[in-house]
Amino acid sequence: MIPLSYFLVFAAALFSIGLYGVLARRNAIAILMGVELMLNAVNINLVAFWRYITPTQIAGQAFAVMVFAVAAAEVAVGLALVISIYRRRNTVVADDIDLLKF
Amino acid sequence: MTALQIIFLITAVITLGAAAMVVITRNLVHAALWLIMTFFGISVLYVLLNAGFLAVAQVVIYIGAISILMIFAIMLTRRVQQDFGPQTNAAWPWALVIAAALFGGLIWIFSGWGNFFTQAPVMGERADPLRQLGMALVSPEQYVIPFEVASVMLTAALIGAIMVAWERK
Amino acid sequence: MGDPITAISLWLDGLLAGWGLAPALIIVIKALLGVGALATAVLLVDIFLVWVERKVVARFQDRLGPNRLGPFGLIQPFADVIKLLIKEDITPVGADRIVYNLAPIMALATVLLLWAVIPLAPTVVGTDVNVGVLYIVGVGALGTLGIIMAGWASNNKYALIGAFRTVAQMVSYEVPMVIALLVPVLLARSMGINSIVNAQDSYWFILVAPIAFLLTLITSIAELGRAPFDLVEAESEIVAGFHIEYTGMKFGLFYAGELLHALTLSGIVASLFLGGWRGPGAESFPLLGIVYFFAKAFFLYWVIMWVKYSLPRIRIDQMLNLNWKFLTPLSLVVLVVTALLDKALVGVQPWVYVLVLLAANLVIAWVTLQILRSRARKERQRVAEPRPIARPPAAPVSSQGA
Repeated sequence: MIPLSYFLVFAAALFSIGLYGVLARRNAIAILMGVELMLNAVNINLVAFWRYITPTQIAGQAFAVMVFAVAAAEVAVGLALVISIYRRRNTVVADDIDLLKF
Repeated sequence: MTALQIIFLITAVITLGAAAMVVITRNLVHAALWLIMTFFGISVLYVLLNAGFLAVAQVVIYIGAISILMIFAIMLTRRVQQDFGPQTNAAWPWALVIAAALFGGLIWIFSGWGNFFTQAPVMGERADPLRQLGMALVSPEQYVIPFEVASVMLTAALIGAIMVAWERK
Repeated sequence: MGDPITAISLWLDGLLAGWGLAPALIIVIKALLGVGALATAVLLVDIFLVWVERKVVARFQDRLGPNRLGPFGLIQPFADVIKLLIKEDITPVGADRIVYNLAPIMALATVLLLWAVIPLAPTVVGTDVNVGVLYIVGVGALGTLGIIMAGWASNNKYALIGAFRTVAQMVSYEVPMVIALLVPVLLARSMGINSIVNAQDSYWFILVAPIAFLLTLITSIAELGRAPFDLVEAESEIVAGFHIEYTGMKFGLFYAGELLHALTLSGIVASLFLGGWRGPGAESFPLLGIVYFFAKAFFLYWVIMWVKYSLPRIRIDQMLNLNWKFLTPLSLVVLVVTALLDKALVGVQPWVYVLVLLAANLVIAWVTLQILRSRARKERQRVAEPRPIARPPAAPVSSQGA
């Protein structure tokens, strides 16, 4: 059988990769991809804790479903923002999106 | 090494490799395709965790909706995607250091935890996580409020996304 | 000859155990053999589908169709396959090679994946997933992905437009499709396809959910990208859409995938609404169940072809209007009404249940038609009004030579 440690190490690695993507990428859509990786890592942890620590309570899966909903909403609004900014300023590079600096 | 462990390791290596390609590759459409591969690997891990519903929901939501929306957005911003300047910002070494430090710190914290190497308890024959999840999401004693709030949030996101991306003529 | 499939399975058990293999390994080997057999059988049916398609379209267009090779032209599809195999294999300049070659495989493989959850007979089920309906939706999304990959990797503007249209069409038609699929899930109280078929032992779900059946069929045709929803590959607008650059067998894979997808979705709709393998005597002779299943699937396949060759292609704005202003609200109404009536009718006789739900569906259909009629009247008035452009000139211009 697989010990819990496998899943936790995997999720930690995935979260770190996502964090690197969020911090290092210039393209706003690529940053969103990094955020998705991080959310997925959190989900793996939630489900793994449900399966290994509290299999009788469904809390882990229920929260994973909530994370799904949040991720879908985040991507919809995030991509709408990216496309809107692209229309106005013709860029999707996060460093160039400095509208507050007018 | 049991068969399950081998399956887990193969899936984990492929998934992490794909995730690394997501943040490394220069071509954004390729990054999106690698992202889909990552999601698929995570879906396999859900199956290994006896969460079949989440595995299929992962494919429907992440691959069917989120990734396809991302590819759509990448194609709409195609002019930018074609300029092959640096895809990372100036501070990328710091990002690498922070990510590595976070990974090390997490492992360090986990390794001191008593349950780190715990094995999965056996699922009973009569256990039905799918029914349990369905009941939990609509039961007033459990998660009906978060569930409804999530629905309202999705509606708000739907309207918000339409408003933000509306092309005013 | 009660059940040859179970007999073969037991014989394999005995044979492999006789070779001294571990029980776990026997399960794996049997699963692999089953997958291989099912995929091969389905692909053989696919070759036959080419012939069916050509014959039926010929009849719709008052022609004879292929009739030279073999009896009734039955050898024609093999000639088609050979022709595709010996054509030149072209990869366009600037194409993304890996994605370009992966896309046709995705298109066909995702269709084959769907057969894993369809129960062909009481004893012939690939795997009884308890989230089967959701699995179908998820695999459908993967098929969309194959088309997008093809459109993007071809490095061709028409292909890219085709991919864009695919996203707009398939992502939006998924919404009413999922809501309509929830109706049989609600009636059977399970998401597993096998349980849904088992729940239809006294009556088929088309009796209690005819509107949901029609909605599923319409959205399935839209998912397929077949006429009247074939904007994805509209020949007269974007040449061939996403598969414009594909030649030879790569195109063949797309073509085979499309035909097989149509049959697969017909089979799924037949399982969800027409009772799947159910029919007289299917319980005791499982092979009869396969015959019933394919009879129902091919009937729906013929309906899809009938629609395809009878209706003209709709415009993209009409396609999105139909989805968001008609199918989605209607599917929501049907789902809510079905759920409320199902809750109110707990413990009544089955025939009362069927009659009340059928009556409710007919009322919804009548109201929908009334609304559509008044809309159509307004639309006709709007179109009939004189248009601001292209009016005759106010005064006749005198000619030069007079």
